[in-house]
Amino acid sequence: MEKPIKFKEKRRSLLQDIKRNYWLYIMLIPAIVFYIVFQYIPTAGVFIAFQEYRIGEGFFFTIFGHEWVGFDNFRIVLSNERIIGLIRMTILYSLGFMVVNLVASVGLALLLSEIGSKWFKKVSHSMIFLPYFVSWVVVSFITFALFSGRHGLLTNMLASFGVDFNFYHTPWIWPFILLFLSAWKSVGFSSIIYLAVITGTDPQMHESARVDGANVWQRIWHISLPMLKPTIILLTIMGLAGIMSTDGGMFFQIVGNNTALHRMADTIDAHIMRTLMVPGSAISFQQTTALGLFQQFVGFALIITVNTIIKFVAPEHAIF
Amino acid sequence: MEGKNRLDRNPLGFSIMAYTIVGIMAILGLAPFWLLVSGSLTDNATIMREGFTFWPSMFSLDAYRMVFAVPEVIFRAYFVTIFITIAGTLGTVLLCSITGYSLSRKDFAYRNAFAFFFYFPSLFSGGLIPFFLLMIALGMRNNPLSMILPAMMSFFFIVVLRSFFKQLPDEIGESGKMDGANELVICFKLYMPMAVPAIATIALFAALNYWNSWQPAMLFINDPNWFPLQLVMHRILNAAGDVMRYGQMAGVSTRSIPTQAFQLAMVCVATGPIILLFPFIQKYFIKGLTIGAVKG
Repeated sequence: MEKPIKFKEKRRSLLQDIKRNYWLYIMLIPAIVFYIVFQYIPTAGVFIAFQEYRIGEGFFFTIFGHEWVGFDNFRIVLSNERIIGLIRMTILYSLGFMVVNLVASVGLALLLSEIGSKWFKKVSHSMIFLPYFVSWVVVSFITFALFSGRHGLLTNMLASFGVDFNFYHTPWIWPFILLFLSAWKSVGFSSIIYLAVITGTDPQMHESARVDGANVWQRIWHISLPMLKPTIILLTIMGLAGIMSTDGGMFFQIVGNNTALHRMADTIDAHIMRTLMVPGSAISFQQTTALGLFQQFVGFALIITVNTIIKFVAPEHAIF
Repeated sequence: MEGKNRLDRNPLGFSIMAYTIVGIMAILGLAPFWLLVSGSLTDNATIMREGFTFWPSMFSLDAYRMVFAVPEVIFRAYFVTIFITIAGTLGTVLLCSITGYSLSRKDFAYRNAFAFFFYFPSLFSGGLIPFFLLMIALGMRNNPLSMILPAMMSFFFIVVLRSFFKQLPDEIGESGKMDGANELVICFKLYMPMAVPAIATIALFAALNYWNSWQPAMLFINDPNWFPLQLVMHRILNAAGDVMRYGQMAGVSTRSIPTQAFQLAMVCVATGPIILLFPFIQKYFIKGLTIGAVKG
């Protein structure tokens, strides 16, 4: 990217700028207050991860009032085999979601762009888009109706073929179900961006390629995909930052408390969410916070690293 | 047929493949919802025997009768959801607009520093537990504000609005200043009417977010009077006691509660209206999203 031309006027100090543009600052006050209260103060809560926490005191006491134990909580969490499994699953799931969703939405966008009937395109895209609008709560009813051990549509269909299959006793099937559901819910939405890029391509490029005898696969490979490349790279880098986190709400609603499935279908976020939401679960605030902080830290380090590498290899794709 | 489209000249085999794959995806998008409707209209004893099917082999409205035997529950939940959606969306639009406007002004020397202040929490935050403790300390337990306030601002919304305001001409603001108007007036009277497409997009995303939100309700709300639709649905499926209690209120004897059909009827009543609204709002989502992407 080109360097912007330096502004010749001397930079004002903050006070001078407040004096000059006080209305702009007044307009920022609500947002600043909001971010301090709901974002920055909770961020200070990461100190809990370095303390021996006891339940029951006020928030500020909670943050600063306990005995400091250094990295003990991290040591406890990261030497727990279950947690290590959780971290591994989280990374595998988010990589899986990224790849499946990318392939599905780019594929859908490419197919839609080659479909001639406007009517068919519109109606089918609306139908594919529909799941994006409902919550995971509603999806949990759908999985119940499909997989439930006694009444599930698919369970019964398999039974009518003589296959006795209980989804909720079969952990290995759940990664596939969850990957499918994630794509099912998001592909209609994420394909919009790709479709917009493809339809924004100069039609003459396709025209002249056709005149030169290129078939549809060659046009997709040599025109549409290269047009999509920057968007794909950008979204993938941004996705990599979230590699340590998944949509906890999805796992919470779909897998929930089926402990039998947690070996194959559980992630850090879902685990933390269950700690808070399921009454009677063993809460260890300090260790859960340590786990969350570790998760944040790895994600943060990853986006910086990836972005730095990209800056050297292909600077035009770096995001900051 | 309007003009020769690209596909008209694609080989037939490719066309068949494209239409088939997209067609299957479309059916997969819709069929699960149909399964819920069909299940909710099936006689419960039949579900117990044959499971859920795409067509009710034994039609029954018992489940819906039970839902509407105590209409207070579902209407109260609708009221709560509509309330938090409207309040939350209005708040989001207002806060994010003035913030986005302020950050879009070119004579605001520290706009990028403040933009980073709003961006940083999306890189690094304390996570769920400190947030939970803070909310409890703020007295948010059983407070409907817990479902409204924390979701009111997002960096994504601010950025979309900022870039939209940025590409509107500066002269408008300058002429406003000449007439003695302050920035707040300029923002509301001159710029916001021009930014309606962007604001509408933000409003739709925020509204969808609030309508579908269940996590704050699950974390902070114990009072059934403040249960939003999503929480009522979640509990109907996951807390067996809730179905029983509903049956008692509806005057259905415990043994004849059509549990499975009732669960699906509940989700249909709670989600149906939004699905019926969907064809009318989805095009605004697509339009808004592509405006943002192209202008980015």
